[in-house]
Amino acid sequence: MQDAVTTIAVTSQSGRADAAGRLRLIGRNVFPFVVVGALWEIVAWADIFPRRLFPTLEEVALSFVNLTVAGILPHHAIETVIRLLTGFSLAAVIGVTVGVLMGRSRPAEDIFLPLVSIGAPIPGLAYAPLFLLWFGLGNISAVLLVGFVASFPIIFNSWTGVKAVKEIWLRSAHAMGADDRRMFRHVILPGALPYILTGLRLGLAQAWRVLVAIEMLAAVPWGLGWMIFGAREFLNTDVMMAGIAVIGIIGLTLEKLVFQKIEDYTVVRWGMVAA
Amino acid sequence: MTETGQRTRSLLRAVMTLTAAACVYELLARSGYFAAALLPTLPNIAQTLVASISDGTMIEHAIYTLYRVMFGFGLAVAVGIPLGILMARFRAVENFFLPLVSTLMPIPSFALVPLFMLWFGIGNLTTILIVFYAATFPMLFNTWSGVRSVNPLWLRAAGAMGADEHSLFWKVIIPGASPFIITGMRQSFLRAWIAVVGAEMIAASDWGLGWVIFDAKEFLNTDTMLAALVVIGGIGYLFERLVFGSIEHATVLRWGMMRSAKG
Repeated sequence: MQDAVTTIAVTSQSGRADAAGRLRLIGRNVFPFVVVGALWEIVAWADIFPRRLFPTLEEVALSFVNLTVAGILPHHAIETVIRLLTGFSLAAVIGVTVGVLMGRSRPAEDIFLPLVSIGAPIPGLAYAPLFLLWFGLGNISAVLLVGFVASFPIIFNSWTGVKAVKEIWLRSAHAMGADDRRMFRHVILPGALPYILTGLRLGLAQAWRVLVAIEMLAAVPWGLGWMIFGAREFLNTDVMMAGIAVIGIIGLTLEKLVFQKIEDYTVVRWGMVAA
Repeated sequence: MTETGQRTRSLLRAVMTLTAAACVYELLARSGYFAAALLPTLPNIAQTLVASISDGTMIEHAIYTLYRVMFGFGLAVAVGIPLGILMARFRAVENFFLPLVSTLMPIPSFALVPLFMLWFGIGNLTTILIVFYAATFPMLFNTWSGVRSVNPLWLRAAGAMGADEHSLFWKVIIPGASPFIITGMRQSFLRAWIAVVGAEMIAASDWGLGWVIFDAKEFLNTDTMLAALVVIGGIGYLFERLVFGSIEHATVLRWGMMRSAKG
């Protein structure tokens, strides 16, 4: 998934050698957006579609700035991010615990695997109305659903990761006299970490997708999903576009800043994957 | 312990777990502590499921959902594979589409549902387009990286043996990239399946499994909701296992591109 982003980052680093090459690179990355933007503007100004439904880019930018200055957009965004982080932390704690337990003990695996295998193939949002009935409209349902849905990839990856730790590492650590505690901390955990991080990454992506949708359904007072959905009622297409842009930016930031940093600090540093 | 002995024991434990979970649920449902409308008993759910299947409503809902998923997924495959191949083969195409795709990808498909509802109304078109949007990216990326990762040695060997562009493409590049392409189809179907349920809930029409669940909520028909949930999970599992599993068997495993570890 993040191949594209990484490729761009890598090319931009090697292109840093000479200024002309760098400029060309920026130009190359900007060019497609200019083309698409120009097409958009032409369609918008040509009044093929009603202006209300197909606003020009200036209108979108204007409402983006207006909403940001008024503090409405940041408020929505902050509420969404808080919800995301709460739900995701819930999923991370439960997911890693259950996954590691499943990887380490056979009975735990036999107990949890059937439950997880049955729950996982059902799309997360299909549970949404059920959660709404059980926990009511609002924050609790949204956070619980996000946590529930995000925990599946985390469980699966932690489980696979612990099982994929090389037998020979375990035996050599054992032969060198490591007790259970040290074995876990110094061998199993680092060995499984690349998988666990992949799981967390997938879980976060999953959480993010579900959160936007559940915010539309759960009637929370603030939140980007709700903002977009509410703007539809008043045909505020420009507000919707601004909201979608913020959602995209947050998604990209989570991926690039949070997870790449964590990976750099842990697995890359320990030499588990090539930088 | 022998392998079979271990497996029977695992199976036995799995059955025991599921039975225990069902018993706990049944006890909770019958205890009367929760409202019966919110927590229907298992026989109740089974009854609803059987009734709705035998009078054909559930099947019709499922057909609507499958139609939308297949249409959107088909479009995603039809766009994703050629574009992915073009991006991997031609520098200019890659330079143009990669920045656009990387920007659009982090936007969840559900965020576009309200916008598409305004543009395309409620119903099939919006749902299919949302499915298409959700399913295209995994397809595109896997095809792209699959074609890029074809072993250059094979290309040179085929070239040295006198393969022309045409046979190089069909006999080397396509089979070489096929494990990635099939993984892409699998992922993109999964995405499509998730997207269709969500899109049907928000952009509610009259038919579709997602709509059933959401509509049942209004009338507190929890048994209908759970029955639809079972159908959704069942269809998803069926496709994942049977359809994509057998495609994998018929192609990449047969060609020896991948060992059968994935089952």
